[in-house]
Amino acid sequence: MSRIEKTFSRLRSEGRTALIPFITAGDPDPEFTVSFMHGLVSAGANLLELGVPFSDPMADGPVIQRASERALEHHVSLLDVLEMVRRFREQDSHTPVVLMGYLNPVEVMGYEDFATAAEEAGVDGVLTVDLPPEEAHDLVQALRSHALDPIFLAAPTSNRHRLEMIASAASGFIYYISLKGVTGAANLAVDEVARKLDEIREVTDLPLGVGFGIKNAEMAATMSRIADAVVVGSTLVSVIEENASEPDKIRDKLHDLVHEMRTAMDRA
Amino acid sequence: MEKPDYRHMPDEHGHFGPYGGLFVAETLMEPLEELREAYEKYMQDEQFLTELDADLQHYVGRPSPIYHAERLSRENGGAQIYLKREDLNHTGAHKVNNTIGQALLAKRMGKTRIIAETGAGQHGVATATVAARLGLECVVYMGEVDVARQEANVYRMRLLGAEVRSVSSGSKTLKDALNEAMRDWVATVDNTFYIIGTVAGPHPYPAMVRDFQTVIGREARQQMRQMTADLPDALVACVGGGSNAIGLFHPFLEDEGVAMYGVEAAGEGLETGHHAAPLCAGQPGVLHGNRTYLMEDRDGQIIETHSISAGLDYPGVGPEHAWLKDTGRVQYVAIDDDEALAAFHTLTRTEGIIPALESSHAVAYALKLAATMKPEQKVLVNLSGRGDKDMHTVAAREGIKL
Ligand SMILES: Cc1ncc(COP(=O)(O)O)c(C=O)c1O
Repeated sequence: MSRIEKTFSRLRSEGRTALIPFITAGDPDPEFTVSFMHGLVSAGANLLELGVPFSDPMADGPVIQRASERALEHHVSLLDVLEMVRRFREQDSHTPVVLMGYLNPVEVMGYEDFATAAEEAGVDGVLTVDLPPEEAHDLVQALRSHALDPIFLAAPTSNRHRLEMIASAASGFIYYISLKGVTGAANLAVDEVARKLDEIREVTDLPLGVGFGIKNAEMAATMSRIADAVVVGSTLVSVIEENASEPDKIRDKLHDLVHEMRTAMDRA
Repeated sequence: MEKPDYRHMPDEHGHFGPYGGLFVAETLMEPLEELREAYEKYMQDEQFLTELDADLQHYVGRPSPIYHAERLSRENGGAQIYLKREDLNHTGAHKVNNTIGQALLAKRMGKTRIIAETGAGQHGVATATVAARLGLECVVYMGEVDVARQEANVYRMRLLGAEVRSVSSGSKTLKDALNEAMRDWVATVDNTFYIIGTVAGPHPYPAMVRDFQTVIGREARQQMRQMTADLPDALVACVGGGSNAIGLFHPFLEDEGVAMYGVEAAGEGLETGHHAAPLCAGQPGVLHGNRTYLMEDRDGQIIETHSISAGLDYPGVGPEHAWLKDTGRVQYVAIDDDEALAAFHTLTRTEGIIPALESSHAVAYALKLAATMKPEQKVLVNLSGRGDKDMHTVAAREGIKL
């Protein structure tokens, strides 16, 4: 059983929803990322999503765009991100790590080389935002042959046919984008999300994560009633941004926020 | 290798060989499928095509003439140079051929809001123009750097009723404007049509924009036959994203005697790294929804481009050009800022035609090429736009403030 599967089955038996924080690797400075990752886990995170910085983050709102820009000022590359995961694994062998980014850095490294290196580093899943299942055949094969889960997005605009295609390409979990828009946008309609999750459950038994637009503990708690995992990104990245000049404070602030969310979710 | 079937590309998934395709986040997949269906339906629809033709004739002013630049040819020596006068179109460039088509499609699809990205501002102006005419709301994204160097076009767009949103992320140029337009679209797909200005982006854009631009090549093929009883020996066009070039080339692809040259921007010189020539000096990758040649570093990050002409300042290129390069059907070459400026002045002084800086790249290469050819041979250059928008840039180079 993969680390991602194990995590979800344990949480399910405990009747809890996974909390998945997202941060961008190398933001605001590469030396802090591994420490932030450990801090997130100690605050109650069950999986980690680590953003791979990209020069043209087309699906991201301004908050995560700027995180990418801060990381790229330090020339953080895909190889650097894998190195961070390897260092994280020295002290944490159970928390799954999913890389989230855009295809081009993977494309340039080569699918097979990337999958080999990611497996060695201790990565568990890979989400390439701009790679729909139609174009994903070769990468999915490379990932699978290295025991990595290809994570795919589902969206409010995905019809039944697309959901089936997504379900058959994905493993680990499916990441439902809870609104039409970029990361960090507002306007979450809970009823609509719940309806769509039901629709997705008709085509898959994979756990369903919900992300984009979850801004606070209250929303995380609401979502935890209908989803198997709650992904929180821009809100955490904002904390990093606001404290970028005093990075020593960031770990504690992230900890407090994630802990608050975890507590609210467990109460829900 | 089997002879490629140039006229029936891309395949049903939008692939030109290994290039093209659909690389976007899931939210846009279904809207792009709807767009593909609408485009395929209306490109077969008599009424749609009749309306498009009428607009191209009465509103754009087509067919655009072909002009034999006799004095230029004589002074340069070698082959005869002909100009396809896209600069004489309404709004001053080839861009309007595409915006007319996409706006008609937007109307058929019931969309009430139009968005676009622009570099030089020509596509933005062409979009704002058709939006004004059809009474559609219009938002144009433009990099902060381009807003500064193409002031006149920014003002034109505002006069036409468009909202120009300055983009300050990334390199603050065309690629970032495209990112921002995509971000808008993903949140507004229900009522919004995204008019992409070149043969880039996810399928069906590269094919659709090409199909709206091939009116250039279809006319040119007929006009050259009428004027010279023959096809030209060579075609030359500048390549930013590649829409004016593919528009001219595509109808000639099966004419084996016609050589084709796509001219990229060498900026300060290919060897300096400060250029915008992905086909000449880049490598394949994935950006803006398709696989193509890109300017990128070894980590796969897109790098900043440089060209004196904002319309060529783009790190990618349409996927069909990537494929035409690999098949060898089209030669891709590069012209630097200084060469383009020299050609700008040469054409202006010898023929009384002030070309856009983008088009000046094509003129510069055509002059070099013609000089190696015989006087009875013919080179057809796509004069993609007029130079009015570039007065400030050219004057500033000469230390003159307008
Ligand atoms: C006059 C003119 N020519 C050429 C271009 C480059 O675009 P493309 O390569 O799509 O023709 C532009 C773009 O703004 C332009 O304004």
